[in-house]
Amino acid sequence: MEDLINLAYIVASIIFVLGIKMLGKAETARKGNMLSAVGMLIAIVVTLLAKGLDYKIIFAGLVIGGGIGAVAAKRVQMTGMPELVALFNGFGGLASLLVGWAEYHRKSHLIPEELLGVVEPMNEAVAASITPLPTFTAVVIVLAILIGGVTFTGSVYAWGKLSGKLGGKALVFSGQKIVNALIALAIVIPGILFSLNPTGEMAYTLLFVVIIASLLLGVTMVMPIGGGDMPVVISLLNSFSGLAASAAGFIIANNVLIVAGCLVGASGLILTVIMCKAMNRSLANVLFSGFGSVTQSSAKGGPGGEPKAITVEDAYYVLEAARNVVFIPGYGMAVAQAQHAVKELGELLENNGCEVRFAIHPVAGRMPGHMNVLLAEADVPYEQLVEMDDVNPTIEMVDVAFVIGANDVVNPAAADDPGSPIYGMPIIEAHKAKSAFCLKRGKGAGFSGLENGLFTAPNTRMIYGDAKATITGLVTQFKDS
Amino acid sequence: MDIILLLFIFVLAAFLGFELISKVPSQLHTPLMSGSNAISGITIVGAIIAVEAGDSGLATWLGFAAIVLASINVVGGYLVTDRMLGMFKKKGK
Repeated sequence: MEDLINLAYIVASIIFVLGIKMLGKAETARKGNMLSAVGMLIAIVVTLLAKGLDYKIIFAGLVIGGGIGAVAAKRVQMTGMPELVALFNGFGGLASLLVGWAEYHRKSHLIPEELLGVVEPMNEAVAASITPLPTFTAVVIVLAILIGGVTFTGSVYAWGKLSGKLGGKALVFSGQKIVNALIALAIVIPGILFSLNPTGEMAYTLLFVVIIASLLLGVTMVMPIGGGDMPVVISLLNSFSGLAASAAGFIIANNVLIVAGCLVGASGLILTVIMCKAMNRSLANVLFSGFGSVTQSSAKGGPGGEPKAITVEDAYYVLEAARNVVFIPGYGMAVAQAQHAVKELGELLENNGCEVRFAIHPVAGRMPGHMNVLLAEADVPYEQLVEMDDVNPTIEMVDVAFVIGANDVVNPAAADDPGSPIYGMPIIEAHKAKSAFCLKRGKGAGFSGLENGLFTAPNTRMIYGDAKATITGLVTQFKDS
Repeated sequence: MDIILLLFIFVLAAFLGFELISKVPSQLHTPLMSGSNAISGITIVGAIIAVEAGDSGLATWLGFAAIVLASINVVGGYLVTDRMLGMFKKKGK
């Protein structure tokens, strides 16, 4: 039976590998996801075959958790997706923490009977070989708890920021580095002491210190990270949740946990690197710089002085005559829930003989691929979505670059102001288009707190107000004419 | 338990992971994240093992809580990813 279970785990691991591979390609992604769900089902079912389990409690847990997950997945609005993914991620992390704790509890309580009762006179070598808690296991218990704990509170805090419950700003306080260092020490020192003597009298207390400090670390890690850097954080936490599962796999010496967890860790890390590259910043810079916490009072006032506004009606006449329009959506489109209106406007433009494209910056929005999800929900044709590198070479042919609630990803300072904090970040070069319309709720600066030269450029016109209302207004103009 | 063997598996899986998904089109970033997030719920296997019969102590209840959390992660993660990818499909034709 044991062999059968382990064989099934190998099958499940292979299925995960195939599933995640298929998930990385557009044509096979949906099948890949289903395939990996099958792998998960196999892993769960064969685990239930093991002897001596309490099925009532297990099934109660599966039904309750599965039910909550299903309802949440069905109900969520596409605009609420980043929050939900963060929350799910956090739950996975907490589950790994609890598994680590439960295993320690189980194993440490096996000791009295087995060690004291069965084998009394023994030499040290024998004692070491039969002790149920070798140092390695103790170390991975600490790791599972540390990574799981950071994943949990980090994700919940990210969820709070994304859903606006905790405010999206980066929070920096004086002495933050010292506090973080103290927390790190409160993990490392008890963690080492615990691993050296996992069955000692102090062991349980030490483990609790690690648990609490890990939970704290998750909060202080995400605290100084602002809304616009969220894609990086979410990807990183995603990676952590996999590593936590992997660590839990080391505790119970289970291959499928190690393999599946590690695959997730790798994919999350890849996404993290992609996101960092798209901002031309290092991971350390994103995590520790408190970027966006200080609003720079722009020392230099941009090239063109005051931004020039335009009415919806005038904007319509320009669009009506345009032959080539590129929409550049940002987080503002998600906030205004304008994706359906945008899609309609795109259709009308196209019927009017205009070439319509949507240029998507990799870090636009609050999670990797955020804009793609929203536009897909609105049924924007796939062929119209283009990546930054494909748009920029042709941007000079574009009559109107239509920026919807995006800011830093179109800020020309990234290209030509070496003093700017975002200098070097690849941008969509809307300022090189023949003209640009920027939809913006108010006159404030973007997430990074930087002035945007695009808004004051001579060929840029601002349309202030709610993006959805503005675009609906344009749609009405088109329909009435 | 052979520690070296487990570490060996871990390292190989890491390399495999990096090779598999080194280049992902940006439209798939979100589904890849939420789909792999569902896979990280594999920790549910560890949670199930923790719930032993005849032992109603702390380990059982920790295991129970872990099962609930992990199954939210697994079921919710897969369903929401499928929902997203379903929308991508529609426009693909």
